[in-house]
Amino acid sequence: MGAAGGADWRPAASREALRRRAARLASIRAFFAERAVTEVETPVLAAAGVTDAQLDGFPVPAADSRWLQTSPEYAMKRLLAAGFGDCYQITRAFRAGERGRRHNPEFSLLEWYRVGFDHHRLMAEVAALVAEVLGPGTTATLSYAEAFRRAGLPDPLTAPTARLAAAAEDHHGALTAPLERDELLDLLFGTMVQAALPARCFVTEFPASQAALARLSPADPRVAERFELFAEGIELANGFHELTDPEEQRARFAADTARRRAAGRPTPAIDGRLLAALESGLPPCAGVALGLDRLFMLAEGADSVDAVMAFPWERA
Amino acid sequence: MATYSTNQFKSGLKIMLDGEPYTIVENEFVKPGKGQAFNRVKVRNLKTGKVIDRTFKSGDSVEAADVLETQMQYLYTDGEFYHFMAPESFEQHAAPAAAVGDNAKWLKEQELCSVTLYNGAPLSVEPPPHVTLKVVQTDPGLKGDTSSGGSKPATLETGAVVQVPLFIQEGEVLKVDTRTGEYISRAKD
Repeated sequence: MGAAGGADWRPAASREALRRRAARLASIRAFFAERAVTEVETPVLAAAGVTDAQLDGFPVPAADSRWLQTSPEYAMKRLLAAGFGDCYQITRAFRAGERGRRHNPEFSLLEWYRVGFDHHRLMAEVAALVAEVLGPGTTATLSYAEAFRRAGLPDPLTAPTARLAAAAEDHHGALTAPLERDELLDLLFGTMVQAALPARCFVTEFPASQAALARLSPADPRVAERFELFAEGIELANGFHELTDPEEQRARFAADTARRRAAGRPTPAIDGRLLAALESGLPPCAGVALGLDRLFMLAEGADSVDAVMAFPWERA
Repeated sequence: MATYSTNQFKSGLKIMLDGEPYTIVENEFVKPGKGQAFNRVKVRNLKTGKVIDRTFKSGDSVEAADVLETQMQYLYTDGEFYHFMAPESFEQHAAPAAAVGDNAKWLKEQELCSVTLYNGAPLSVEPPPHVTLKVVQTDPGLKGDTSSGGSKPATLETGAVVQVPLFIQEGEVLKVDTRTGEYISRAKD
């Protein structure tokens, strides 16, 4: 592998695809300029990592050790808490071990925050931005539970875990190891539900166990005010009506850390600066992260993010 | 016993599943942004050739299959077993007829074949992609007819029957593609 191949110094994407990528980045910046959303830059190397149960960061062994960011979320929320207002960022994010046709461990992320928006208002803006790049089209909205129903699966909120396991085994054959409830939901969602979604579609009201940094719904605390956008069954964006309560955030960090420890994964220190920012007051807001490589891949009609990247993982 | 983690999965990797050796045909990494990652693989059973789908939780490990692909010279058959020899060590291996299967009809003495060993015993045998074999029986055709495009069956020295052009005569030596079972040309001396 690697150097011996001979041709792997060359870019994976065509020159034309990379030029169109540049034009699309310019159109995204114009989109935010029109709406008076300010571009910001925050550190890619931060003192704290993330505690998300299913994300692995790259540790950097500097004198004072650092983490390559998995997203700019924490730093941007600190700007919001400091009163900065609406902002967006186009940056690199890093997630160890994630490599496939639709994953590269180093990737480009567009993240933006709107003060005073709830997730519904932000979803409308996400749909408008995606239409700029992929062309006009209607975007459906389904709840997480409705999306499972469409795929002919049991209700993800109420079905016993054994029924979810049986549904997974119907489709995938015997599981190689027993899976926890959220793992079963991820498997069913990632394989069967996504494939059955409409062409362009938001999925909302994720189970509270998968709230991440979203608030729980005041109307139904079993679900969170979180959404994801899918195009052609491919996950493009993940957004929240943001959790602003520092105590609840602290409790979620602690729970995530406990899950990581139980799974034998590294446990980065909890980001005290983010918690301090929340304590000083994060204005009510909604935020979203959108994977640019996948968006550009779809715009190109390609089947792999390699088609829009100069140098994916194996050539980096 | 060696193991592979799912992040080492790629096509061609040989793994054990349910006590049987498999080769990975296709590997797809699936991960919801905030959720558990999985590897969905298509694997082919090295004994039966059957292809199945399996899903692994990313990070899981599987046992490596003790499978080795080697080049060996075909010696002879005693009717029940096909005997091969490793050209460097002169070590001999007997492959049961099941491991040779339909490829038996291409096996010519002294030819180098690709033999897959599992736990040190032959699991499957592939003949070279091209072999040269003598015609032992074919009906007389029209001498000099190279243009009509017609063909006729010819039985070769190993027992294989292939369609050949009408001008081919008994005793001629032909080059044949073992993957398609098709005549390629007369062998050049």
